[in-house]
Amino acid sequence: MIEPYEIVETIRMISSENLDIRTITMGISLRDCAGADMDILSARIYDKITGAARDLVHTGEAIEREYGIPIINKRIAVTPISIVAESSKGDCVKVAHAMERAAKELGINFIGGYSALVHKGYTGGDKRMIDSIPEALANTERVCASVNVATTKAGINMDAVAHMGRIIKQAAQLSAGRDSIACTKLVVFANALEDNPFMAGAFHGIGEPECVINVGISGPGVMHNALQKLGPKANFSEVAELVKKTAFKITRMGQLVATEAAKRLNVPFGVVDLSLAPTPAVGDSVALILEDMGLEKCGAHGTTAALALLNDAVKKGGVMASSHVGGLSGAFIPVSEDAGMIEAVKSGALSLEKLEAMTCVCSVGLDMVAVPGDTPDYTIAAIISDEAAIGVVNNKTTAVRIIPVCGKQAGEHVEFGGLLGGGVIMPVNKYSSSAFVGRGGRIPAPISSLRN
Amino acid sequence: MRAVITVIGNDRVGIIAAVSIVLAEFNVNILDITQTTMQELFTMIMMVDISKANTNFEKLAEVLDVKGNEMGLKIRIQHEDIFKSMHRI
Repeated sequence: MIEPYEIVETIRMISSENLDIRTITMGISLRDCAGADMDILSARIYDKITGAARDLVHTGEAIEREYGIPIINKRIAVTPISIVAESSKGDCVKVAHAMERAAKELGINFIGGYSALVHKGYTGGDKRMIDSIPEALANTERVCASVNVATTKAGINMDAVAHMGRIIKQAAQLSAGRDSIACTKLVVFANALEDNPFMAGAFHGIGEPECVINVGISGPGVMHNALQKLGPKANFSEVAELVKKTAFKITRMGQLVATEAAKRLNVPFGVVDLSLAPTPAVGDSVALILEDMGLEKCGAHGTTAALALLNDAVKKGGVMASSHVGGLSGAFIPVSEDAGMIEAVKSGALSLEKLEAMTCVCSVGLDMVAVPGDTPDYTIAAIISDEAAIGVVNNKTTAVRIIPVCGKQAGEHVEFGGLLGGGVIMPVNKYSSSAFVGRGGRIPAPISSLRN
Repeated sequence: MRAVITVIGNDRVGIIAAVSIVLAEFNVNILDITQTTMQELFTMIMMVDISKANTNFEKLAEVLDVKGNEMGLKIRIQHEDIFKSMHRI
């Protein structure tokens, strides 16, 4: 028999501490959709997605009702489109429109996989597809794009890094009237993952099965409340223990929902992604957790250490709670989506440089960072190269989702709406990286990549 | 299938009676009841068996929710596995 206090604890986590399952993401292979031209390909993609995921949303809703746990998003990730569309003639943007129609038909808010993997170099199809990203994102609402420009094994493709600086600027300009929102749906990765369920960087990797269910958990609010109760006198061993235990409980929810969804949809269960994913809701913030540890503001000296502890303890607690852990698994620090981060930026406590340091010890990277609209493409490319270097050398995933907001300057307010949040534009270093980025070529893989 | 019904709110006369009447109507068997005060709120927890219920889970949840709103209480019904998976290895 479950004890009453345990039942009440679970209910409190859900009803007042924002515990939820952030996403059930169905990965769908599109490798059998290839066709001679983009119209044939687009029609096949639409049919495949709407067929495979026709029960996704209502199955998610049924689980939500029966278990009483909110499942915020039901999403889809597909095979990187650059691979699927490689041999099709015509305009790649048609595929983005087909993905958009399929997502709309299914009632899904984001569909990921308008992606390319170019960490060592481009194929002809990769180049065409990446060039179509700004138009694809500016003319759709739900399609998410990602490009992998580096891996620990291959090094950093600096041609792709420079290219992505230009692509991000173009995407910003094409959605200039809406605070350059197209850039919120575009992630540049190092060491991209094949099974990440979180947007905007989700895609269905080439080593994945025909169809798979991956689940992303949430729970910064639960962690915040637990640490508040622990109080300021507890030492770091006690803090880490509490984070582990709390992460375990949160992850068990994810495992339950993942296995149940997989069973009902008759699709294999892939992984639970153990990420602490904040939302703009009050209290549902990773920054607040860091402040609970004793920092006056997120961004103060000590923030990197606090985040390192949090990230590690979440993984240690969560890994025992799930049969398969994967995806990004760690703490997310998307600035515009986290009320505490926004506050820290506004008060001047958190800078781009500190954020970069934080990305060395947590999952993902510079995420949802708004910068001035006149930031040059080579500066954005250089920011991507710094993040890629952190990922490549430390054998971890890093990403850049940066929004050069057209017509706005540092300190001005920006609003993306919904889960994407809003915030303040952060200044970038004013000195030029133009000649550095202009060299092109590849930064070789680090010595630590030679592990055979 | 077993489910957990929780009633949270201010204590008043007739809470157990009102919930029991709804459950009897739907042929839901009550296995166990405990009640306690948590953080100054009356909390009643019922373990029920809904495998012989003459309605579906959704309808039952809806009727209990409406009953709760009438009485100024929050009544939830959840599959027992959510609690088991969180608190038992």
